[in-house]
Amino acid sequence: MNMKRRVFLKSTLAGSAVAVAVGAGLVAPRQVLAAWPKSAFEAKTVQDAMKGIFGSDLSEASGDIKIKAPDIAENGAVVPVTISTGMKAESIAIIVEKNGTPLAATFNLAANTEGYVSTRIKMGKTSDVIAVVKSGGKTYSARKEVKVTIGGCGG
Amino acid sequence: MSIKIRAKVKGDVCTVKALIKHPMETGLRKDKKTGKKIPAHFIQDVTCKHNGADVMNANWGGAVSTNPYLSFRFSGAKAGDTIALSWADNKGGSDTKEVKVK
Repeated sequence: MNMKRRVFLKSTLAGSAVAVAVGAGLVAPRQVLAAWPKSAFEAKTVQDAMKGIFGSDLSEASGDIKIKAPDIAENGAVVPVTISTGMKAESIAIIVEKNGTPLAATFNLAANTEGYVSTRIKMGKTSDVIAVVKSGGKTYSARKEVKVTIGGCGG
Repeated sequence: MSIKIRAKVKGDVCTVKALIKHPMETGLRKDKKTGKKIPAHFIQDVTCKHNGADVMNANWGGAVSTNPYLSFRFSGAKAGDTIALSWADNKGGSDTKEVKVK
């Protein structure tokens, strides 16, 4: 009698946990913001991500873009990245070359906003971080390698 | 979910620093107990206005860290001006916070 009760409790608990997880997945509404460049963020390669945001995957290497990021990131889930440039930047994109979806973030800057953004990103493994700056209708880029000891994407 | 934001002016340049509390789920992580994928839940759009005019608009993917930090600089602000930061995520959630420039 006691044994059966134990088994019953176990099975119902496990069952309800699965039901909650499935429910959460189904309930989640698939809302897409018009302004959000979905194709660029879902692109699997750096080239496709670049095309999605800037319309072209060509960019000129520039020495006027500084990427401040650690050489070795102990925790790939939180990698502080600061991009700064002396150029008059219209937009700045942060791309992690070896992430499953390389595009991490884009920033559109107003005329009075400086070419400076700082944020924290996730990195799956050791990879180049690419900063792309759009200035005067042209795209410029710079890259820096960040070694990751513990990945931040996936369980 | 909350926003912590600070805007400080030095000379002509105003530095805005913000910390948003948000899970930023990529949609690729698996729940260790059930083996099911955790549905994506991340901020897609962040806008910052200075006295009602856009100074910065960001589009984010799931690769921005949990509880995202953001900092940027712009010119033309003075103490007492209003800075408003708002975000929207892929599940329709959003939040806005206003602060005065110090």
